[in-house]
Amino acid sequence: MAGPEVDRLTGTATTGHEWDGIRELNTPLPKWWLYVFYATILFSVVYCFFRPAWPLPWGGYTTGFGSWSSRADLNERMAALEQERAVWMDQIRDTPLDQIVNNPDLLTVATVGGRAIFGDNCAPCHGTGGVGRPGGFPVLLDDDWIWGGTLGDIHTTVTHGIRNAADPDARLSQMPAYGADGILTREQIAAVTDHLFALRGAGPENPAGKEIWAENCAACHGDLGHGNPELGAPNLVDQIWLYGGSRAEIMAQITKPRHGVMPPWAGRLTDEQIKQVTLYVHQLGGGQ
Amino acid sequence: MSAVAAAAGATAVPVQYDEETIKKFAIATVFWGVVGFLVGVVIAWQLAFPLLNLDLEWTTFGRLRPVHTSAVIFAFGGNALFATSLYVVQRTSRAPLFGGRAMGSFLFWGYQAVIVMAAVGYVFGISQGKEYAEPEWYVDLWLTIVWVAYLVAFVGTLMRRQEPHIYVANWFYLAFIVTIAMLHIVNNLAIPVSVFGTKSYIVWAGVQDALTQWWYGHNAVGFFLTAGFLGMMYYFIPKQAERPVYSYRLSIVHFWTLIFLYIWAGPHHLHYTALPDWAQTLGMIFSVMLWMPSWGGMINGVMTLSGAWDKLRTDPVLRFLVVSVAFYGMSTFEGPLMSIKAVNALSHFTDWTIGHVHSGALGWVAFISFGAMYYLFPKLWKRERLYSLRLVTYHFWISTIGIVLYITAMWISGIMQGLMWRAFDQLGYLQYSFIETVEAMHPYYVIRAIGGVLFLLGSLIMVYNLIRTVRGDIRTEAAFARPIGALGAAE
Repeated sequence: MAGPEVDRLTGTATTGHEWDGIRELNTPLPKWWLYVFYATILFSVVYCFFRPAWPLPWGGYTTGFGSWSSRADLNERMAALEQERAVWMDQIRDTPLDQIVNNPDLLTVATVGGRAIFGDNCAPCHGTGGVGRPGGFPVLLDDDWIWGGTLGDIHTTVTHGIRNAADPDARLSQMPAYGADGILTREQIAAVTDHLFALRGAGPENPAGKEIWAENCAACHGDLGHGNPELGAPNLVDQIWLYGGSRAEIMAQITKPRHGVMPPWAGRLTDEQIKQVTLYVHQLGGGQ
Repeated sequence: MSAVAAAAGATAVPVQYDEETIKKFAIATVFWGVVGFLVGVVIAWQLAFPLLNLDLEWTTFGRLRPVHTSAVIFAFGGNALFATSLYVVQRTSRAPLFGGRAMGSFLFWGYQAVIVMAAVGYVFGISQGKEYAEPEWYVDLWLTIVWVAYLVAFVGTLMRRQEPHIYVANWFYLAFIVTIAMLHIVNNLAIPVSVFGTKSYIVWAGVQDALTQWWYGHNAVGFFLTAGFLGMMYYFIPKQAERPVYSYRLSIVHFWTLIFLYIWAGPHHLHYTALPDWAQTLGMIFSVMLWMPSWGGMINGVMTLSGAWDKLRTDPVLRFLVVSVAFYGMSTFEGPLMSIKAVNALSHFTDWTIGHVHSGALGWVAFISFGAMYYLFPKLWKRERLYSLRLVTYHFWISTIGIVLYITAMWISGIMQGLMWRAFDQLGYLQYSFIETVEAMHPYYVIRAIGGVLFLLGSLIMVYNLIRTVRGDIRTEAAFARPIGALGAAE
């Protein structure tokens, strides 16, 4: 080879090699590139002096000045937060629910925290802000309470849950499967559905249905269908439905009822947190 | 091309390159590309509208996502790397493929078998549950055999070279092949439950498993999607631009610094986890130091156009190649940035990461592969030129708009998501529940899916163009406007 050629367009010498027609210029490293590379190395070296960085052959690692650790850092911050919260948490723990409601400052702290707790734990079923979800997840924004809407009722429901196997004190009610278990015939279920529509003022009287209602439904749902929160029996004459209010959906529910389940939150949430979320749900719209 | 080879060495006899294997890999690249983009579009719409999961186990996001990631990385990207590496190593070594046609066929069909076995497994729920390493033990073993054969074919060809030096593209390809073999074997060490069952258990446990996984995962990015494709860049950009590579010295320095630094960067995927603080620190600083070595490739790619910038206006294939390097530069700046712990605290687990990955995958990996395919198809099928350069331009712009929609949507969505997660009041109560962040991201998911549709549309234009090219058709088209200053060039 007769020495490297010079590229005509750039005036830079090539390395003199060629592969499949490709040549390479012998351009020096761009200065800015090299200096920025050095700067990142310098940054890295300096960084190592302030953070745990290099494992040591005899065990352990270089801790850096100040012996910073992410775990200690987190613990410190959490402790500071706990301390700040403690003033309020102690009050929430020691004050009965119905007195917290009359203490605006305390109520604000409780419900702001309750909102965050609700968002992380309750919203997956009850929806953001308690808007509910179709298919048996009740709306918590209205004044229609299946198990009661007083502070005490809500507190009990949150603490123990509904129809779960985990808590012996869970709220329990079970509507019989009138159709599936052969208690009523299909015609009788149709008749009692007629009567329910009559109670709602949305259909003509059905005397047979009225009789079936009195024998089977009134004990829990009441003579006029207003329900009974003591038994977890929903009000059937308002506009709010858990499993749908069409004739077909009502008959399906009488034939083979679906029953919602809610887990107990005691143990998973602290007592103060349960109180906070109770107060939050209570003030959503329809607390009694 | 054998004429060129003969001219280069006065006494050399024309070398019989194995082009049939390259043709097969090139077709597979385009085929799997479309499959991968299509599945990507499907799962993007699933995220925006969960109803599209169809309530069938085989079509849920959880099973289709690995089909998408494996299809684009290993099927599309992998076949592109096979096609180009085997083409480039033969040409730049002036040696035929080591092992001949039999080796070529084994590599091709062996690798396609890996892809099909993996994808079928995912759909039926067979997975190791390790990201980008989902295939179970039997697929891993088969891939190991194919990969060793690949290494033998590549190194064998290099050793029979008739050039005094090994061309830079081959350094990168070889680093990719060797390192992927090591990563694949270590990360997939597993004990099958039975010889006849698909299930196995990984030998690593706990945080060591996590670190091994991300040592693998990050270097899959580093050596599969970066080093391998830099090899592609070092051949196809100088060829298409018909210019010498900008700096030989830079190629040496950035090659060795990239190789040395990349392998340590994996722990940045595990910031603020059970991984010891010292390992997190090392993961971060090695990622920061990686910035300039990565950019060395960008400088060498872009500056190779010195003196030939006007070609960007008239050559849409070169535009694909050069814009891919620009996306590469952007992604390799963003990567070190996101590895800094303070930034990572905001970005980790958010869509920002998804946006980052796709600016690299769509902008860099896919664009350079498109450029390489547009270069290769006329060469392999001995056509005068592509069927239509106008269609390449349409492909370029539609895909670019798609990428821009995709990554900007994910930046906004990701940073918003990160800010919403960390928003809390003075008593430390979170301001948003998780589901509120999901609701807020919905519009960006739709924009992202539209970006994906555009990208897919662009690739279908490429398929049409390449089919017509193979058939030998040439579309009569007006020449592109020449640069301003070239008089009388207006259309």
